[in-house]
Amino acid sequence: MNSLFGPLDDVAGDAGHVEHPPRVGFFTDTSVCIGCKACEVACKQWNGVPAAEHLDLLGMSHDNTGALGANAWRHVAFVEQSKPVDLGMPAVDGLRWLMASDVCKHCTHAGCLDVCPTGALFRTEFGSVVVQQDICNGCGYCVSACPYGVIERRPGDGRAQKCTLCYDRLHGGLEPACAKACPTESIQFGELDELRDRAAARVATLHERGETGARLYGADEHDGVGGNGAFFLLLDEPEVYGLPPDPVVPTRDAVRMWKFVGAAAGAFLAAAVGSFLGRR
Amino acid sequence: MSHRAEPLPPPRPDDHSYYGRPILKPPAWDWRIPAYLFAGGLSGGATLISVGADLTGRDRLRRRTRVTAVAGLGASMYFLVSDLGKPLRFHHMLRVAKPTSPMSVGTWILSAYSPGIGLAAAAEVLPARWRLTRLLRRVARPASLSSAALAPALAGYTAVLLSQTAVPAWNTAHPYLPFVFTGSAAASSGGLAMALVPPAEAGPARTFAAVGAAAELVASRVLEHRIGMVAEAYTTGRAHTLRRWSEYLTAGGLAGILLARRSRVAAVGAGLALAAGSALQRFGVFEAGVASTRDPRYVVTPQRERLATARGAVER
Amino acid sequence: MGSNMAEAHPVGFQWVVEAKARGAKVIHIDPHFTRTSALADTFVPIRAGSDIAFLGGVIRHVLENGLDFREYVAAYTNAAALISPEYRDTEDLDGLFSGFDPEKGSYDPASWQYRSTGPPPGDEERPQEAQSHAAGAGGAPIAAPAEATDPTLQHPDCVYQILKRHFARYTPEFVEEVCGVPQDAFRAVCDAWTANSGRERTTTLIYSVGWTQHSVGAQYIRAGSIVQLLLGNIGRPGGGILALRGHASIQGSTDIPTLFNLLPGYLPMPSPATPDLDAYVASIRSRKQKGFWYAADAYLISLLKEYWGEGATADNDYRFDYLPRIDGDHGVFRTALDMVEGKVPGYFLFGQNPAVAVSNGRLMRLAMAQLDWMVVRDLAMIETATFWKDAPEVDTGEIVPEECRTEVFFFPAASHVEKEGTFTQTERMLQWRERAVEPAGDQRSDLWFTYHLGRIIRERLADSADERDRPIVELNWDLPVHGDPVWGEPDAEEVLRRINGYHLDTGELVADYRHLKADGSTSSGCWIYTGVFKGGVNLSARRGDGPDGKWGWCWPLDRRVLYNRASADPAGKPWSERKKLVWWDDDARRWVGDDIPDFPDDLPPDHVPPPHAVGAAALRGDDPFVLQADGKAWLFAPNGVVDGPLPTHYEPDESPVRNPLQGPRASPTRRRYDHPDNPANPALGAVFPFVLTSSRLTEHYTSGAMTRTLPFLAELQPELFVEVSPQLAAERGLVHGQWCHVVTTRAAVQARAVVTERIPPLRVRGEVVHQVWMPYHFGRNGLAKGDVMNDLLGIVADPNVGIQEGKAATCDVRPGPRPTGKALLDYVADYRRRAGIA
Repeated sequence: MNSLFGPLDDVAGDAGHVEHPPRVGFFTDTSVCIGCKACEVACKQWNGVPAAEHLDLLGMSHDNTGALGANAWRHVAFVEQSKPVDLGMPAVDGLRWLMASDVCKHCTHAGCLDVCPTGALFRTEFGSVVVQQDICNGCGYCVSACPYGVIERRPGDGRAQKCTLCYDRLHGGLEPACAKACPTESIQFGELDELRDRAAARVATLHERGETGARLYGADEHDGVGGNGAFFLLLDEPEVYGLPPDPVVPTRDAVRMWKFVGAAAGAFLAAAVGSFLGRR
Repeated sequence: MSHRAEPLPPPRPDDHSYYGRPILKPPAWDWRIPAYLFAGGLSGGATLISVGADLTGRDRLRRRTRVTAVAGLGASMYFLVSDLGKPLRFHHMLRVAKPTSPMSVGTWILSAYSPGIGLAAAAEVLPARWRLTRLLRRVARPASLSSAALAPALAGYTAVLLSQTAVPAWNTAHPYLPFVFTGSAAASSGGLAMALVPPAEAGPARTFAAVGAAAELVASRVLEHRIGMVAEAYTTGRAHTLRRWSEYLTAGGLAGILLARRSRVAAVGAGLALAAGSALQRFGVFEAGVASTRDPRYVVTPQRERLATARGAVER
Repeated sequence: MGSNMAEAHPVGFQWVVEAKARGAKVIHIDPHFTRTSALADTFVPIRAGSDIAFLGGVIRHVLENGLDFREYVAAYTNAAALISPEYRDTEDLDGLFSGFDPEKGSYDPASWQYRSTGPPPGDEERPQEAQSHAAGAGGAPIAAPAEATDPTLQHPDCVYQILKRHFARYTPEFVEEVCGVPQDAFRAVCDAWTANSGRERTTTLIYSVGWTQHSVGAQYIRAGSIVQLLLGNIGRPGGGILALRGHASIQGSTDIPTLFNLLPGYLPMPSPATPDLDAYVASIRSRKQKGFWYAADAYLISLLKEYWGEGATADNDYRFDYLPRIDGDHGVFRTALDMVEGKVPGYFLFGQNPAVAVSNGRLMRLAMAQLDWMVVRDLAMIETATFWKDAPEVDTGEIVPEECRTEVFFFPAASHVEKEGTFTQTERMLQWRERAVEPAGDQRSDLWFTYHLGRIIRERLADSADERDRPIVELNWDLPVHGDPVWGEPDAEEVLRRINGYHLDTGELVADYRHLKADGSTSSGCWIYTGVFKGGVNLSARRGDGPDGKWGWCWPLDRRVLYNRASADPAGKPWSERKKLVWWDDDARRWVGDDIPDFPDDLPPDHVPPPHAVGAAALRGDDPFVLQADGKAWLFAPNGVVDGPLPTHYEPDESPVRNPLQGPRASPTRRRYDHPDNPANPALGAVFPFVLTSSRLTEHYTSGAMTRTLPFLAELQPELFVEVSPQLAAERGLVHGQWCHVVTTRAAVQARAVVTERIPPLRVRGEVVHQVWMPYHFGRNGLAKGDVMNDLLGIVADPNVGIQEGKAATCDVRPGPRPTGKALLDYVADYRRRAGIA
């Protein structure tokens, strides 16, 4: 069943769009992120995402946002590491500071989209995944279906919120606000195929320069979500950044799960029937 | 915007997580969802018993289980709608019918299930002298049969509702939860029927309850051993406490069924124990799910193991 | 060095990232591992306040190993010049240069001058000694270009050899001892820097406020300049020194200055020592010097014509008399102390928040409490506007709101999108900004405010008989306004045109500062900006989509790389094909290339001027440094810096370390402001054992007036914190995320402790020295609040330009919140007692 998992060439077409532009997304090259958080601010500004209710110094390096959520559609992670580092990133007795701007992955097979019972979540013609705010009734199912922990219900509002890949800006021929604001082009926006090529070349360059820990995350269409519409270049394991190492769209096992339900339901019925038999 | 008064405790940095923070979001649902799991399963089981009672002439069993079923259904509706972020938009669930969404499937199961048992229960409780009531009583049996056809789905689909998520405790338990839930549904519905109906008529309820309770106990235990380190979410903390008490109550209730044949008091006690045990089971499973989203270990460790296995397979 | 470019200039930093992508290596030398360090290839931690020792080490390395770009140095710098036989170096005089007057605390630079081969210069030919408050202005004058030189650079009194002797002790061991930089790390930097300089490659040196805010700040920059000159990096593509400014348009604020000691275009403000125009011009340039500062009279007279129009004529010295005179230090700190004494009745603050942003915040606030009135123009209700009711001194009882005499007038200001005008940023680039929206309510632009304030004052003074009022009444103050004929918005483009300048006879816009005249026929509000409106086109509004593909307009004359003549060898050929920028085209008989030549474009490289030529006409074809008095870059500065012709290491005013060089511990000419409310932490001693340094976060901007009031920024950095190493945290019992407080003899400030390895302890002179770092953005107003970090710092300043030593001080750090109310005063008093200060 190609539509539930595995490589999928034409996400928008698979979702029912007949004529549509090429799939677009983000390549976030964290090796050039300067942790400025312009992406966080530009996103909030453009999309009217509320500021946090509490001002908290979280003590997680320079990260006071904490995680992606209903009120944080871009989140810059900071990881201070002191360990032997051979080459590449600067080493004073191996001091390294990873900075990475996280975002909704706009998965090829999106768990949130698959489980949405109202149709609020849908696949756009650009291949992105967007929540229609006038339809969402805040059932919260998408929250548990996302293997990356991205989507969340907004406190005080109740509806599910996440990055829209600036759907309105795309309609206007503009790039998303975060990509526009990023000063070092850590966040690159464009056609996904082209981004993937660019990313592969960048990884090769980094490897040549001795940065052997550089790797792509979410660029492989054979992974558990069919590859991401927003993928990353990381310099360490995903879990260091708070990302799951091997995310899988829950829908992948849906059929199997229903089979067990069927068996249990059948047993349930049989038990009920059997309880009444022979008792006349 | 305000400042928190208390300084936060220092997070622990390590190589396997981002400051020990969760990767996943905790379920957006609150206690009302495990309450629904209980009420929905109860309703489905009660409908099945009511049909059996109807077909075997056990009037009191029939009447009281029909009422139980619709009470459970009503409670379910309340729990589901009020737990929504925008309750007034509950009807948006009916915009689509999506097989990939267990909640959408469940919406339609509930929608198809409700009228029948609703009519049948109305037939039981409305004043007998009404014309409407007489009409209802004529359609009560086919109506309740229509609900009965969906009752097993109602009792079982909630397992995939939980499992088809990224929540480690639920997702990994997907082979076992259906049996836990349907067993639990049988135990609670049979148990309450036992409590509400004189022992003479409650025989099938006792059987149903006993089978359900046994299945629930066995499936619940097997689950703990078959899902690797994620089982810790079930066997530690609040989830563990809830499930342990669920076990005591369910096992006790199961044992009590033997006495329930003769003693109404024992029947009531056992029945209530089974119902309580069933409820605690649902809350326990729910809590295990929540706990499994809080600690990133539950996401990282099994996924790393999976990757290592796959790499090993490739290298071989 | 001294820069956190990625955090303070994130948009500019994209070019560093671009360079890295093309193979450039980035080295970051700083006390503190910042977001800049995270993207550098190499990070070198250094003790705050020891950069001259480091750079001196690099200079020594270059000279000892003959790694200087010899042809460049010989031809383009004053390396060959012989210095006066009276000159004595710090190596000879135990840390002092010759000419020090201990009573005045200043130097007479007479012994630093070039050796003269003829009779000594007469009084009228001797250049003014660079007066402490006049420095920073003009090009330093000298009597004449060097007459005695040794092109072989061997003569013991030539600059090259003096340099060698002066820096001989700055060995790698010395650098390790003083800076805390391990020798192999230091050598690696030297190797990288020298290997990447020369004909084929150039290295850029970037500094910012981490270098300027020291009592020897100007000498830091001198040291960096010496390295870059020795390596031949100045005036060459991919080379040079990027002086990153601390504000978006502060370059403009010094070009068209808001500083007491400068007139537009870096002309000095007159003083009583220059009673007339001729004396003034003589103080800027001597009769025999070369270069474009020679025409200082044309620049000044054009400025005066712009100010006083037709009434400024030759017989009244073009109203030179109408310019105010400065007779000392009128800087922020001196003025604040005068306020404390009750000598200053009023204060205008335009986008300035001294209650938070200036060293010794407490002194600033106590000073403001002595004013009669204060006008604050800002985007938000800043701490300076509300100090009278909610300053920390209200808590301690030092300011009582009901009794505070200061009347504050708050005028809401229009933001940069609500007004038009130019920004001038760190590349000397003017960028025109359009008005995107009308300002709301009472918000007005600074131009509007200043113009109408002047208009109203002039109306009131129109009939005055007082001579003192003539300068204001006769000002050329009519601007066209848009909208309301009386109260409308002045035409900013017209202001820019007037800054550009006009030929007064024809009404044409001046195209080039070289066309400015000293005969009153030209006007110009700022000679270095002349040409921005060339041909009637607002060149600062270019955005790269015009036929020339250019963005903005750089002064002077749109040259992007200053002194780019130096990118070609003395014969006019680029040093290498790879690094060509401008070169001499012999067929066309002009300089051509990828930049506008910073040189008379038809002056051949082999040109030798006639014997008595002066000014621009005296430039040789190989004098790239056209604004220097001898056309050469100065490795040794005979004039222009008041604290020495060469940089030498001194400890900061507050330091836990003894100066390893003999002699004065700290700079003997540093400006101190002795006042009971401005005590200095004692040198050395155990009471304040840690080095305190400060800089910026990306998320906030200076005093936080523009950022801590915005929810989206406030939430990114919500609280004041202090970064301490795990070792220091263990020593003092500090817990990550919990309150602690930092103490100096000025104040105690509380902050969250952030325990991190990014502010490592260093081994200096055998001892472990701990450093702590704090951002200085926080104050009590807005959404993200905190104590004021600047309250910790005392006021000590660089003697050249008066900038505070804000980057290196000492402190103590203790766990837990600080005391409040009167107890806070007692607590600080107790520290003072223990430190031996009354």
